[in-house]
Amino acid sequence: MIKFFLMVNKQGQTRLSKYYEHVDINKRTLLETEVIKSCLSRSNEQCSFIEYKDFKLIYRQYAALFIVVGVNDTENEMAIYEFIHNFVEVLDEYFSQVICIYVAKGTIPCFLKDLENIYRVSLLLSFGLVILANY
Amino acid sequence: MVALSLKLQDLIEEIRGAKTQAQEREVIQKECAHIRASFRDGDPVHRHRQLAKLLYVHMLGYPAHFGQMECLKLIASSRFTDKRVGYLGAMLLLDERHDAHLLITNSIKNDLSQGIQPVQGLALCTLSTMGSAEMCRDLAPEVEKLLLQPSPYVRKKAILTAVHMIRKVPELSSVFLPPCVHLLHERHHGKAVGLPILCFSSVDRRIENRMGTPAHRRRVVHTHRHTRNRLSCPWPPPFTSPTLTPGILLGTITLITELCERSPAALKHFRKVVPQLVQILRTLVTTGYSTEHSISGVSDPFLQDQETCGGEEVQILRLLRILGRNHEESSETMNDLLAQVATNTDTSRNAGNAVLFETVLTIMDIHSAAGLRVLAVNILGRFLLNSDRNIRYVALTSLLRLVQSDHSAVQRHRPTVVDCLQETDASLSRRALELSLALVNSSNVRAMMQELQAFLESCPPDLRADCASGILLAAERFAPTKRWHIDTILHVLTTAGTHVRDDAVANLTQLIGGAQELHAYSVHRLYNALAEDISQQPLVQVAAWCIGEYGDLLLEGNCEEIEPLQVDEEEVLALLEKVLQSHMSLPATRGYALTALMKLSTRLQGNNKSCLDVELQQRAVEYDTLFRKYDHMRAAILEKMPLVERDGPQADEEAKQSKAAAQLSEAAPAPTEPQASQLLDLLDLLDGASGDAQHPPPLDPSPGGALVYLLDLPCAPPPPAPIPDLKVFEREGVQLNLSFIRPPENPALLLITITATNSSEGDVTNFICQAAVPKSLQLQLQAPSGNTVPARGGLPITQLFRILNPNKAPLRLKLRLTYNHFHQSVQEIFEVNNLPVESWQ
Repeated sequence: MIKFFLMVNKQGQTRLSKYYEHVDINKRTLLETEVIKSCLSRSNEQCSFIEYKDFKLIYRQYAALFIVVGVNDTENEMAIYEFIHNFVEVLDEYFSQVICIYVAKGTIPCFLKDLENIYRVSLLLSFGLVILANY
Repeated sequence: MVALSLKLQDLIEEIRGAKTQAQEREVIQKECAHIRASFRDGDPVHRHRQLAKLLYVHMLGYPAHFGQMECLKLIASSRFTDKRVGYLGAMLLLDERHDAHLLITNSIKNDLSQGIQPVQGLALCTLSTMGSAEMCRDLAPEVEKLLLQPSPYVRKKAILTAVHMIRKVPELSSVFLPPCVHLLHERHHGKAVGLPILCFSSVDRRIENRMGTPAHRRRVVHTHRHTRNRLSCPWPPPFTSPTLTPGILLGTITLITELCERSPAALKHFRKVVPQLVQILRTLVTTGYSTEHSISGVSDPFLQDQETCGGEEVQILRLLRILGRNHEESSETMNDLLAQVATNTDTSRNAGNAVLFETVLTIMDIHSAAGLRVLAVNILGRFLLNSDRNIRYVALTSLLRLVQSDHSAVQRHRPTVVDCLQETDASLSRRALELSLALVNSSNVRAMMQELQAFLESCPPDLRADCASGILLAAERFAPTKRWHIDTILHVLTTAGTHVRDDAVANLTQLIGGAQELHAYSVHRLYNALAEDISQQPLVQVAAWCIGEYGDLLLEGNCEEIEPLQVDEEEVLALLEKVLQSHMSLPATRGYALTALMKLSTRLQGNNKSCLDVELQQRAVEYDTLFRKYDHMRAAILEKMPLVERDGPQADEEAKQSKAAAQLSEAAPAPTEPQASQLLDLLDLLDGASGDAQHPPPLDPSPGGALVYLLDLPCAPPPPAPIPDLKVFEREGVQLNLSFIRPPENPALLLITITATNSSEGDVTNFICQAAVPKSLQLQLQAPSGNTVPARGGLPITQLFRILNPNKAPLRLKLRLTYNHFHQSVQEIFEVNNLPVESWQ
């Protein structure tokens, strides 16, 4: 089951977060900082799956943006890994003003600028992920 | 400022413009204040904008709970833009813990029944995200109705909402079971679209236009592919249903999976559709795409697209796994399919690997044929050789699960696994370590141990403890010979001594103790190891123990298995002393060293016995000082004995020594008898005479007593031998005895106690005794205890003489007795002969 979905930039700032289980606000920031720390400290040589407390973290780096998904033990890591990429492709197509994804520049996804787009991304995340969120 | 509220876009610009965290917080706090003011004022026009900003801020991690009531107001409004923001806010801000969430139940109910699809979509979306159990129960009938709606996207959302409801309220499974079956074989034409995108499509023309282009549409799939399959279900009567949209297929599969997990009835029911599911999957794998639209006459070029993430296959495989678990029949149907999937999947792309992995997981879970399991293991073995670390990680994890059931199959990949130990990645090497440990068996134990020991030397510190304990465990289970076992443990202790578990020391001592023939060997090796390095505590403890136990073997020097080494007693003692005094030694280690010294003192032959005594006494003093410093450790290390009050250093030392001796007798696991007897011998050597019961303190064979003697005075000569009693007078049953004491602290003093006993029939009365000694001696008579001795062994009279003999002149004693006995007065004067020499020397 997916527990949470984060988009974090290289400076450690959360750009998007979605929790599928209730976590208190202050715990969220703590969780995010720790998760980001463990992802940022990985080199290219290491694999994309980290064990963190009782979650598994699956992360993928796109230029300056890290997408991290936290799952529990029953999940197929490879499938989630693919899913992250798929999600990014969807975003890429849907918001064609997304520049950062396939370009090696350190920009933050521009699609968050747009009011409407926030809804879309959030809804995408909420609803679109419901399928995989519980496995 | 309040009048002109920021648009969301501007707020975002501002936030992003902030250079530091503090600046960002400032901006946000200012804005939150405005938002709060605006909510208070109740401005309906800009409410949605304020809430939008609040949501953005919430996403960044700042508190936003004051927006909850605003969400309700927005949801209740009739404008779509308001509703949109309101529902989004509800999803993000409300949850089951707040009672406010129940208030939207009514709104949702209204929206669901209104029939405007986007609104229904919004409501379903919200319900599925944060619906609590009560809400689900209330709204289940509405959702069920929507499940059977003709329009696809509402149905998709309804399916997913149903999934959520079943998860929250398992009893609703019975409600959703029949519609689910319908869904599986519903006739439908559909187009590949992303789920949530649709909810905007009718409103946002722009999006719709974009959606119109096939190229875009193709890409905007979540996990969709068409199937060309016909799915028919035994009951109700089958439709010739061509296809389901992938969205619905995926959703339905999810729903079915959820049902099967919750309810055994559903499980039984859906087992019947296994053949159909198998068929779908087969098609997905082999064709990779669907040409459904060619059937309906529309040819869509984009349907040729191969891009996929394999989500559907994964999902179907998962369902098959659940259906096939513990069920022979279904498992058999799946066998062929799984083999086919395994061989046909294209692994050049990562998606293929994901599908393969899921296949492997499925094979592991169901009752698969042996050949299939071997296939699974081989797939994993192939993964291990892949250059992608992720795949290797996944392979190692699964192999770990498989190793219990298919041990021999996994063994074949052992070399690869061992290679993975060299990984730089921490998670990979950890997995490799666990797997290697699991693969150790009696035939490969030597080779594996070598590898693992090499790994232990180079591995990162957090893995060391696990590695060390793993090696020790494996060695215990599979050791071919005892000597190899001891060698291995020794090696582990020297390399990673600080990381081993506490009971490793105990285990090793037990092991060595049990291996009779290896005592000499072990003690030599341990001595050498100790001589090199005294920093590893467990090693030092074991070595100290061993030297204590088998020190004589060490000193003998010859042992066939390693080169003979001449070791002196001095060296051994010096080494133990070094251990005792080293600041690196824990109190426990010092305890071991001290015990070893004690034991050595009994085992080593001694012409240097005196030096040993001095050593021991010195040790005892050291021990004492140590315990003054580490008082809290006393109970932990020594036996629990009642602590003697500290009346003086002497008594204290005695107490300590008796305790140490008790520990000694307790701690020696092997022969205590010979040890005790050795102690007794020691006693004999020191005291000369054995066991005179009247001599205080009583000479008991307990070690405590013996060591009290040992300790008595470091510089005093050994205590004097007890002087035997003397019978000086006997007449008609009246007897006079003399007993002598020479107190050690005053050598010139002699105490004589005369005891008059009466074994006759008549009493002795008016008994008076007088004494005379030579002029150079001083005599002091103390009062007698009485002057009557009753008949037949009544209470005797005792009287004490104190004689001071500073010059050690020969003692002569004249006694005069007067008493009445048998109505006769008796007077006797005599000199005491046979006075023992010790009384005055």
